[in-house]
Amino acid sequence: MDERVKKASREESGARERDPAGDASPAKVRDLTKIYGSVTAVDRISFTLSQGTTVALLGGNGAGKTTTIAMLLGLVVPSAGEVRVFGADVSRNRGAIAHRMNFQSPYIDLPARLTVRQNLTVYAGLYGIANAAERIAYIAEDLQIAPLLERLTGKLSAGQKTRVGLAKALLNAPELLLLDEPTASLDPDTADWIRQKLKDYAETRGATLLLASHNMAEVERLADRVILLHQGRIVEDETPAALIATYGRKTLEQVFLDIVRGRAKHAVSPERKAS
Amino acid sequence: MRTAPTEGKGVKPIVLAPTGFSASLRRIGALIKRYVYLLRSSGVRLLELIYWPFLQMLTWGFLQKYLSETTSPLAQAAGVLIGSVLLWDILFRSKIGFSTAFIEEMWARNLGNLLISPLRASELVAALSIWSIIRLSVGMVPVAFAAYLIFGFNLLDLGLALVAFFAVLVLTSWSLGLISAGVILRYGLGAEELAWSLAFLLLPIACVYYPVSVLPDWLQPVALALPPTHVFEGMRAILLEHRFEPAQLWWALGLNAVYLIIGYVTFSRFLASARVNGTLLRLGE
Repeated sequence: MDERVKKASREESGARERDPAGDASPAKVRDLTKIYGSVTAVDRISFTLSQGTTVALLGGNGAGKTTTIAMLLGLVVPSAGEVRVFGADVSRNRGAIAHRMNFQSPYIDLPARLTVRQNLTVYAGLYGIANAAERIAYIAEDLQIAPLLERLTGKLSAGQKTRVGLAKALLNAPELLLLDEPTASLDPDTADWIRQKLKDYAETRGATLLLASHNMAEVERLADRVILLHQGRIVEDETPAALIATYGRKTLEQVFLDIVRGRAKHAVSPERKAS
Repeated sequence: MRTAPTEGKGVKPIVLAPTGFSASLRRIGALIKRYVYLLRSSGVRLLELIYWPFLQMLTWGFLQKYLSETTSPLAQAAGVLIGSVLLWDILFRSKIGFSTAFIEEMWARNLGNLLISPLRASELVAALSIWSIIRLSVGMVPVAFAAYLIFGFNLLDLGLALVAFFAVLVLTSWSLGLISAGVILRYGLGAEELAWSLAFLLLPIACVYYPVSVLPDWLQPVALALPPTHVFEGMRAILLEHRFEPAQLWWALGLNAVYLIIGYVTFSRFLASARVNGTLLRLGE
């Protein structure tokens, strides 16, 4: 490699480490790969999340959605590629950005034997919120969980638990909110209410949302952009409307079925995604 | 005062706590608060902390009393068995306190939430360690007091050595706790049994109830490589021969430093390995 190119590359890299704001997209993923033994769960995917957008990760079971989110959170280390959140390398410097993001999933819980208020108080402490009581009061009011605050978390219904989980996820007013199937196993009314809250939050906070979902109606309603994963690779990356138009279908669900059943028109190359 | 923006529209900003070391202490405190809440939520849990040490103290106390009425001169030495039981319980209960709090996070499927929060692995370890002492005190103080009331055995008779013995045993329990937590992180709750049984591995070799000289020659170096062995030898020296051996304590502290490093490295390596293998995604299942 030309020495000047090497030098420029070193300088760019150094500047990025010194000034993460220089490349401070909420999330930037480049050639991200995760291999478990002989299984490639995520295969050289690249995408960037712009501030204030809501992006949906779609795909069938085992498509790599949860693994991708886990790598963004630092719960899983990539086999190759890079994950940067607000300019910081998540694998090496998670501590610098952890307070600016949060996560909700029906597959992780809050301790069942603590009351809702106790759980939120503990997490307020972990996220360094000094005015915890005030913040909890606001969140409880906003998410309509004030009457639940003194109840044991384990005694709540699925819908109530989801709202409490969301309260924990919004406690630090995260700039980047990651959601794994946020309305799984909820009745339509509660699910609709949660979607509206997420939409309101993204708008009022100017936050970036990345959600993995199987619910096409949810994705159509919330997402500005859809990244469709199939067998660990990105096969589409478009707005919901553009995807529907491209495939000549009426709903996103029909597009999804076309793709997972092998009727995809084309697979988007990693290079195209990177650009 | 640092603040972070919120949802706007009149919503008050979040007031951020100071950063740096005090932020670290705050996170450790938040996690300890979580364990205090848990303990307070169940009277049964609280009772259990006292129940087993109390039963064990009673059993060995009566045995001690019986033996003291026989002809064995060694058994007549005041309090050796009860002292052994109480000191062993410090090691065992502290280890259980550390491990239980950690496993509790997995049972509750809460570890994922903790590991994505700003909490660092070292802070998690610090919180578990401090909690193990709090939990131990809740259980052991009443039992030690009961030993005095029932059998006239005063643990404080060990004097300042007691503080040193306590420190050595607690440090050893943290090493064991770190190793078992690491293994559970890596292999999941299937390895949970290790958390309960690891301390028992020391029971026969650390010479809790008998002197090192009882062991076969080839096993004695192994026993002396364990910090608790020096505590129990030291305790017997005080109670039976009324002499304090500082060398025993220095050996124990030195060995503990080594075991703590091994424990922390094991925990860190297994945590890193769990991140590579994706085990953290499946915790609690």
